[in-house]
Amino acid sequence: MWKSLHIDPKKCTGCLQCEMACSVEHTGVINPSKSRIKVFSFETEGRKVPYTCTQCTEAWCLNACPVDAIRVDAATGAKQVFDDVCVGCKVCTIACPFGTVNYNQDTGKVQKCDLCGGDPACATACPTGAITYIDADWTGLDRMRAWAAKANTAVTE
Amino acid sequence: MGWNRKVLRVDLSAGTCKEEPLNMEWADEYLGSRGLATKYLVSEIDPKVDPLSPDNKMIMSTGPLTGTMASTGGRYTVVTKGPLTGAVACSNSGGFFGAEMKFAGWDMIIFEGRSPKPVYLYVENDKAELIDAADLWGKSCWETEEAIKHHHQDPLIRVSSIGLAGENQVLFACIVNDLHRAAGRSGVGAVMGSKNLKAVALRGTKGVSGIKDMKAFMKITTEKKKILADNAVTGQGLPKYGTQVLMNVINEIGALPTRNHKDVQFEDAGKISAEAMHEKRPTDGKPQLVTNAACFGCTIACGRIAEIDKGHFTVVNNPKYWGASGGLEYEAAWALGAANGVGDLEALQYANLLCNEQGMDPISFGATIGAVMELYEMGVLTKEQLCTEAPFGSAEALARLAEMTARGEGFGKEIGQGSRRLCAKYGHPELSMTVKGQEFPAYDACGIQGMGLAYATSNRGACHLRGYTVASEVLGIPVKTDPLTTDGKPELVKAFQDATAVFDAAGICVFTSFAWTVADVQPQIEAACEGDWSMEKLNAMGERIWNMERLFNNAAGLTSKDDNLPPRLTTEPAKTGPAKGLVNGLATMLPEYYKLRGWTPDGVPTAETLERLGL
Repeated sequence: MWKSLHIDPKKCTGCLQCEMACSVEHTGVINPSKSRIKVFSFETEGRKVPYTCTQCTEAWCLNACPVDAIRVDAATGAKQVFDDVCVGCKVCTIACPFGTVNYNQDTGKVQKCDLCGGDPACATACPTGAITYIDADWTGLDRMRAWAAKANTAVTE
Repeated sequence: MGWNRKVLRVDLSAGTCKEEPLNMEWADEYLGSRGLATKYLVSEIDPKVDPLSPDNKMIMSTGPLTGTMASTGGRYTVVTKGPLTGAVACSNSGGFFGAEMKFAGWDMIIFEGRSPKPVYLYVENDKAELIDAADLWGKSCWETEEAIKHHHQDPLIRVSSIGLAGENQVLFACIVNDLHRAAGRSGVGAVMGSKNLKAVALRGTKGVSGIKDMKAFMKITTEKKKILADNAVTGQGLPKYGTQVLMNVINEIGALPTRNHKDVQFEDAGKISAEAMHEKRPTDGKPQLVTNAACFGCTIACGRIAEIDKGHFTVVNNPKYWGASGGLEYEAAWALGAANGVGDLEALQYANLLCNEQGMDPISFGATIGAVMELYEMGVLTKEQLCTEAPFGSAEALARLAEMTARGEGFGKEIGQGSRRLCAKYGHPELSMTVKGQEFPAYDACGIQGMGLAYATSNRGACHLRGYTVASEVLGIPVKTDPLTTDGKPELVKAFQDATAVFDAAGICVFTSFAWTVADVQPQIEAACEGDWSMEKLNAMGERIWNMERLFNNAAGLTSKDDNLPPRLTTEPAKTGPAKGLVNGLATMLPEYYKLRGWTPDGVPTAETLERLGL
């Protein structure tokens, strides 16, 4: 059973622990500039929004890659970049509608979220539960439960 | 190692930027940030230097835990000789600027001299250059940050800058980073302004690579974050209510200085409290508080993001203030509110926004307005001088005077000199609620006795962040002590002062100390930094930092006479609340404190003390 990264921006405080954890997991260095998840701050609205790859089923990055360097990890469903195959042509960065595949100047390869092999460091590091790793078929479960609770209250009343 | 081992030295007079190695012997004795930067400062400047002259230096410094996954590891410190106090100035800020300095590969930046024309420093990893800031001079901190990002076409740059207050050398001007975090106190922004340095813009992509034992570091920082999450203050109170959680608490115990410290309880405290920020306004149905926000790496997230009432008289025709922005923290809400008797939460937020926008310390500004209002009520200051009526409680006067002070208009220039100079000029020095020229923060020293000693002996003038005995005396952290007695307070103050220096030097936020002791910080430093970092070593270091600051102040001309409180706190008993009838017992505490410190009765560290601390 696959899981998905689920993001609830309302819970995000913008602390960037996720960005640090991601960079440590993938590079061994605490370096948000190399993170595959980014937190965006919308200052005048007071909103913070973490954003990363949603692992599209029909992944445009994967389809666009001319050397077959992006493949599906059967265990997690992650679309994973194989560094030894990637030639750094960046076509995938153009193909991705969401901007979540990016080039890394230091390695000459592209990088994207690979779900850390099934234990995403960002979700583990998030102190507020804004990023969770949950059943891919039930990412709406919490919201459904919240609405169900309201609906039930209405019926009871 | 937690350090990058690299210092950037910027000679503003010559227009040069040079790299030099970090003095690792000093790093071993002073760790980083407040400790290490102060060591550099005291080693490089004449203590008697005029703070606003080119001979003063200004250092921006990170600590070894800055830019790491240690919770709250985003702090940086600005150290210089302060123009408000003539003492060492050491102001700490969160946000994201400090971490970016580490990511760019530097531990600290030393500014010396004075630029012949306005400039800003731009640092992109190893590259550092001074860029003409003629078109930025006259802009606010907010406009400056936007303009720099636009100029470099890089939204990921982090900026610290001064606004009009720093340019005009308001003596309590601060340095604002990330729009609403600030190195707030002692006028560090005026020093930056005196150097014609408008801003520092950083972009770092190198990260922090030198953690001594990354696996151990990740494990221990995760464990320590859990302590913060499980603690009632850092896990619940601060995220939900922010520091403003204190407003009603401190008012109830009769320690909320009100109307220039004439009273110790404010009848409108509830209206300017955290709870009030959560309440929906009758005018627009929205609460002032939008959400909480974290600084870099912080798992507490006490920061307030607030939205002012668009219909409020202060902003009704001024849409630029309508969006969400930095909200009221306790100290600001107190200084802009209770200290002046103003109970209008929206007016407080407006003054707070102006302080962020133009770079003013809201504590010193608000407390100075308290003195202005008292002088006005006494008839010493007049409506003609102030261009407004200014009785206690006037939200209009607060808003108008905030604008005038930030812009250096009319009487605002005199307010910008701080309350000590202002009260002296108008013949009432006793009305200045300051120590060493710096205005008090939000705790009355009659109702919280230890704070009187903490204020009097603070090396940067009256301050809550040098020895926050409120934690013990009010909140019972780490043990409850009676706020109404002086017994045991000298020990308590010394212990808090020394421990705080360790937190500051590490590059983390002192608010973690609601849940952590130095023993929780020690293993994080140990995992990150080369060398042996025992508790004994850290405790000695905290005391060493304190004494180093003291030696500088003594050499600058301050004496035990400056370890004093205004007569109002030592001769006028509290009128209401649990502390009714009490004055602060500084005279009882101070000699004992000097003795505990190993200082002479005149407040001078003895030769033995200096030798013991390796000074």
